[in-house]
Order: sequence, then C-alpha cells, then structure tokens
Amino acid sequence: MDQNQGQHHEQHHEQHHEQSFGAVPWEVLAMLVLAGAAAGYAVALVAARRRGPWPAHRTALWYLGLLCAAVALGPVAAAARTSFTAHMLGHVLLGMVAPLLLVLAAPVTLLLRALPVGGARSVTRVLRGPWVRTVAHPVAAGLLNAGGLWLLYTTDLYHLVHTSAPLGLVVHAHVLLAGYLFTASLVGPDARLHPVSLRVRATVLVLFVTAHSVLAKWLYAHPPAGVDPLDGRTGAQLMYYGGDVVDVALMVLLAAGWYRAAGRQGGRAAGRQGGRAAGRRGGRATGRPGGMRVERIVPTVDEASSGRGAVRSEGASDDR
Amino acid sequence: MSTAAPTGRSPDDRPGPPEGPPVGTDRRTVLSGFLFGCGIAASMIDLFVFHLGLQWHHFYDLSTTEVALAADGALHALGWFITVWSLFLLADVRRRAEVAWRRWTGAVLAGVGAFQLFDGVVDHKLLGIHQIRYGVDLLPYDTAWIGSAVVVLVIGLLVLRRTRPVATGG
Repeated sequence: MDQNQGQHHEQHHEQHHEQSFGAVPWEVLAMLVLAGAAAGYAVALVAARRRGPWPAHRTALWYLGLLCAAVALGPVAAAARTSFTAHMLGHVLLGMVAPLLLVLAAPVTLLLRALPVGGARSVTRVLRGPWVRTVAHPVAAGLLNAGGLWLLYTTDLYHLVHTSAPLGLVVHAHVLLAGYLFTASLVGPDARLHPVSLRVRATVLVLFVTAHSVLAKWLYAHPPAGVDPLDGRTGAQLMYYGGDVVDVALMVLLAAGWYRAAGRQGGRAAGRQGGRAAGRRGGRATGRPGGMRVERIVPTVDEASSGRGAVRSEGASDDR
Repeated sequence: MSTAAPTGRSPDDRPGPPEGPPVGTDRRTVLSGFLFGCGIAASMIDLFVFHLGLQWHHFYDLSTTEVALAADGALHALGWFITVWSLFLLADVRRRAEVAWRRWTGAVLAGVGAFQLFDGVVDHKLLGIHQIRYGVDLLPYDTAWIGSAVVVLVIGLLVLRRTRPVATGG
C-alpha cells in the first residue's frame, strides 16, 4: 500500500541519484511516504464512515506509529551517523515500536471497510495471493526481520547504510516493513493470512526474542568497526532492554488472544465443572474488565470480514 | 513437573480446602505458579537483585562462549514468555473458580527454587554463562546459591503437598 509505493519510489530514485544524493532529499522522501500513510488512513476513515463507528484508539495508534517512524527517520537517523546508540534507538522505534502501533491500528480492516465491494475483493485477492501469503507466514516474516538485522550488524552493510543514502532508505524501508509483517503475523486485530496455530506463533516469537537478545549481547562485545566501545555498549543495552519492552508487549497480546479463546471455548466447560464457582462469583465468571479491551477487537474483524465476505477471519478462531 | 501431584498420605494435618477446585483448574493453578516462579527467577530476580541492586555481575562479562550466549538468550526469551503466560493462566483459573492462593504460592516457591537450582548448576557451573560475583572465592557463593535454591524448592514442594485438593483425581 502506501509503504509499498514508497519503496517503489525509493528504488526509482536510487537509479537516478546514485552519487548526488545528499543527506536531505531522502529524508524528505521518507517523510512524504509517512505523510501519504497518514493521509491514506484519514481518507479511509472518511470512506468507511457509512459502515459504522471506528474505534478512536485505533486511529490514535496509527498516528502514534507514524510519529515513531518519523522520529526514527528524521532526527534520530541524522544523529545515527555519528552515534551507535542513536542508531539503536532508531532501530527500536522503526523496527519494533512503530510496527506494533501500526498493526494495532488495524489498517487492513479499515481498508476493506473503506473500499467498495469490488475493490475490497481485489485487495483480498492480492493479500491471499502467493507472494503476500509467503512473506506473511510467521516463520518467513521472522526470518526476514531477524535475518535482516543479522546481515546489517555482522557485515559491512552497517557502514554502507550510513554512507549511501539510497541504500539507507532501502534498509530503513525493510526494517519497517519486515517489522510490520512479523508483528502482524503474530498478533493484532487484522485477520491473519495464515491459520497458524498459537503454538507455532509462540515458538516463533520466543525464537525471535532469543535471536534479538543474542545479537544485542554479541554487539556489546563486537560493535561495528569504528564505533566507540562505550557507545557500542550503551547501544547494545538499549537494543536489549528496548527490545524486551516491545517483545513483552507482543507476548502479552499473544497470551491475551489465548485467554480470549479459552474463555469462549471454556464457557461450556465452566458451566459443566465450575458452575458452582461461577454462580458464587456472579458476573465475575465472564472475565475481568482488564481483559476486555482486546476482546472488542475480534468482533470488529469478524464483522468487517464476514459482512464483506472478503476475508475470512481465520486468526480469530485458532487461538488455542 | 514432579510438583504436580506428589503421591502419598492424605493431607490430614490441616483442614483441607472446604471446596476443592475442579481438577483441571487445580493443575492449571500449579502450572501457573510454577511457571511464574521460574519466570520471575529467570527474568527479574537476576536483573533487579544482582545486576542493578548488588551489581555483582553485569550485563555481559565478555568471556562467554557462543553456545552459552545462545543458551542465555533462549533462557531470557523463555523467562519473559512463561512469566506473561503464567499470569494469563492464573487469570483463566480466576475467572473459572476460586484461586487456591496458598497452593499457587507453593508452586511459585517450587518454581523459583527449581530455576535457581538450574541456574546455579547448569548456567554458572556447566555452561559458565557468568559467575555470581567476580574477584572473590566463588565456593561460598555457589554453596549459598545452590543451597538456598534447594531450600526454597523443598519449601515449595512441602506447601504443594499440604495444599493438595482433598479429592485427588490425577
């Protein structure tokens, strides 16, 4: 969508400005892509109005996610030319925080609501096509995400990114897109494209967190050439602990999905074996208010997709 | 884990829980407590007490082999994962039945003890991921670490035994 177009533009520019690409233009280009994503969501909101209210927190999450990406691509990216710690702040913001916020904003659901039936069918066809389905599998998305990081930090790519603006743009786009794909393949309100079991998603997440924390500690000992050791250590710890915050959030969302599904499935079982307890506790048996926030997301996906007949919400039913 | 239901005498030495929770719920209570104990021992006790509090050992001592580094990373990831998951298991028990808090606490102690024992033996001694403290004679530290782990584990198992539901189903 917007980001894909952005990547297309980037490659286009890359051919024309191989040498003469200064520091400013590619930042402007990145900001234009983000502005496009901001405008696109707003247009979709207006177009989807007839299909009922859209939760305000999702809209807020979208713009917060874009803000994170903008901070990462603007001031932080500028500082990253001289500071490894700033580079890592950019990585955590662009590759982890922004993707999570953007995924929670349910852009695909909004797009399907906004488009007329024919358009929504086309989008669904593309989403269900072999290309998207392949990269949207948790294993593939995890490999793209973690593999990209390993390439970046264990090869010369790290230095090339800071000397070649077009390459920097491609790598930044990859970080954001791979982060988005990975997050969306595990959690989030948009219907997942693969009916992957919760067990597989949990395993992929644990393996990714392992790879991320091992890479952070490896960088602590072996910062990229030319990076000041103290700067390298601070940056590595930022990667480790900043990554932890986002990864734990992903774990909470994944477990909340299980909790929700177990509640639906266990409603009958609880009636059978825990009826006494449920009766004693009155309304408590239906769940605690804290857990309900996430719960509202699923019916919206179901409603959006079944009403449209476009995307079957496989993700909503396989959390077991 | 062996903590689930130690077989033996019936726990007559204390008034058993007047309403025994359903068996599935009981197993889930113990599992939740045990995972929570392992999880906080793996991801929080070490971080807050030894890294940030006492500063006996640090983020990474730079002497670790690659295998140990990978094992450490996996442990770190699993530690957070089971901490989070155990709390959702607990929430699930809580919405189905009354939580047997003493039993859950016993399982937490057993989990903390089991993990610390594992950490003290496998991580510190066999893999050598890091030591407890640097520049000192390690023997008293290792003894205290492993000894306290065993004590906590045994206390946890004893509490679990005393709080077994009256109707043991398996």
